[in-house]
Amino acid sequence: MELFPFLTLDSFIRDPLTHEFMRKALLMSSLVAAVCGFLSSYLTLKGWALMGDAVSHSVMPGVVVAYALGLPFSLGAFIFGVGSVALIGFIKQKSRVKEDTVIGLVFTGFFALGIVLVSKIKSNIDLHSILFGSPLGISLSDVKQTIFISLLVVILLSIFRKDLMLYCFDPRHAKTVGINVFFLHYLLLTCLSLAAVVGLQSVGIILVVAMLITPGATAYLLTDKFDNMTIISVLSAIISSLIGIYISFWFDLETGGSIVLAQTFIFLFAFLFAPRYGIFKLKKLFAGYK
Amino acid sequence: MESINYQNFRIDAENICVDYNGKVALYDANLRLKPGQICGLVGMNGAGKTTFFNALTGFVNISKGKIRINGESVRSAQKDQTIAYVPQNEGIDSQFPVSVWDVVMMGRYGSMNIFRCPRESDVQAVKDAIERVDLTDHLSTPIANLSGGQRKRTFLARAIAQRASILLLDEPFSGVDIRTEKLISELFIQFKNEGKTILLSTHDMIHVREFCDLVLLINKTVVAYGETSEVFTPENITTTFGGISPDFLFGPES
Repeated sequence: MELFPFLTLDSFIRDPLTHEFMRKALLMSSLVAAVCGFLSSYLTLKGWALMGDAVSHSVMPGVVVAYALGLPFSLGAFIFGVGSVALIGFIKQKSRVKEDTVIGLVFTGFFALGIVLVSKIKSNIDLHSILFGSPLGISLSDVKQTIFISLLVVILLSIFRKDLMLYCFDPRHAKTVGINVFFLHYLLLTCLSLAAVVGLQSVGIILVVAMLITPGATAYLLTDKFDNMTIISVLSAIISSLIGIYISFWFDLETGGSIVLAQTFIFLFAFLFAPRYGIFKLKKLFAGYK
Repeated sequence: MESINYQNFRIDAENICVDYNGKVALYDANLRLKPGQICGLVGMNGAGKTTFFNALTGFVNISKGKIRINGESVRSAQKDQTIAYVPQNEGIDSQFPVSVWDVVMMGRYGSMNIFRCPRESDVQAVKDAIERVDLTDHLSTPIANLSGGQRKRTFLARAIAQRASILLLDEPFSGVDIRTEKLISELFIQFKNEGKTILLSTHDMIHVREFCDLVLLINKTVVAYGETSEVFTPENITTTFGGISPDFLFGPES
């Protein structure tokens, strides 16, 4: 393989677009990234990174069972995603085991169940594509499902944008002024499960948590305004997806891994050079010394 | 036949109990406050002060007893924006990406439509509230860049913007500068004259004597309750703090 298989930047961008599967992959992954990026600002501010990890792993058996029964896999994933959270809450309340332990215990249990089920249920389930994603091989029914779920999550988050922000910031105040905190809690969990479902098509179950936390963390370093944080998070997620897919196309790399790596690099860049919160604080460098 | 007119009481908590998964945090607690009264809530850490606040705001459910706010349930008090809660500085995420304006606007959320679109009246209420706490120069400052005192004033402004008739303040004087302390004391006098009811928790005995008409001493349950001059005695305080003498707590001269 030659090091630079493309000739110009123009051909770098245009050539892949001549393939139908690449156009579809770029579009669908951008959509998925936008949804996960939108949710990401709430999850990082709420401190639900581990919860995101748990839910995304726990959907595994749901996906397998749904495939086996011929149901939409989003349905199975959703049931197991929410179920895992309910189980975490139940065990935490009824035992003296600490919360992070319970979370780790429950989601690995679900994940293991999923893997065992895959080996037992002989069907055409591709374990590799569930674990690592397959944005290049996405089927038409998956496309429809992904678009439907993505729109649903975006609409829900848009309607309750400010309430969810308040819920993350000060749930006690929300409750005091008559806002239904219980509803918001489960709304956020529902969106998390749904986002995990669409996200796993892009990058797979193992890495989907990155889609749910990295864009938010990057945006958090770059702004002090909530709305800007959401916008930056969505944009950085989309850009990472595009970069990841292009890179994986030209250099024949695993697509899901490439997308997440692109996100990680953008985060590292913000971590080092963010104007206010970066290690090198670019603003100060530009301003020079007194 | 004489019956108690509950409407006269802003807060009427009767024999309330709160437990978390079987662990009792508060039991048989009573409190009655009228409009214009300022009451100090005094107790050790873990004595149930925050639990008491949580019960009044409906953030936790009481397992026994009854709470009436203006003669109505806590639920309808929430809907009517009757109670405002001003958290401890430690109780909030100071790095959350919101500005002073955003936080104070949150005081209006409960009376807005579902999309929380501010009306002209909401904008005016927020402006007025911010002016009253003297933060007009910091409208768009992120709360991460505020001092402890400024942050405290931001949350006070949120309570003002909410136009609540009951204010619950968790340690309003802890970690604030002299200027903020002075401003808060002035606001208390204004609130009292406006007929608001205030319940504040504090560690500082001097503040209790200075501002509070009434004092509620608690240690999982009510140790003593009444006029500050009568109830706030060294004996009662000693009992509240589990036998530690008040001399040790706030100096022999007081």
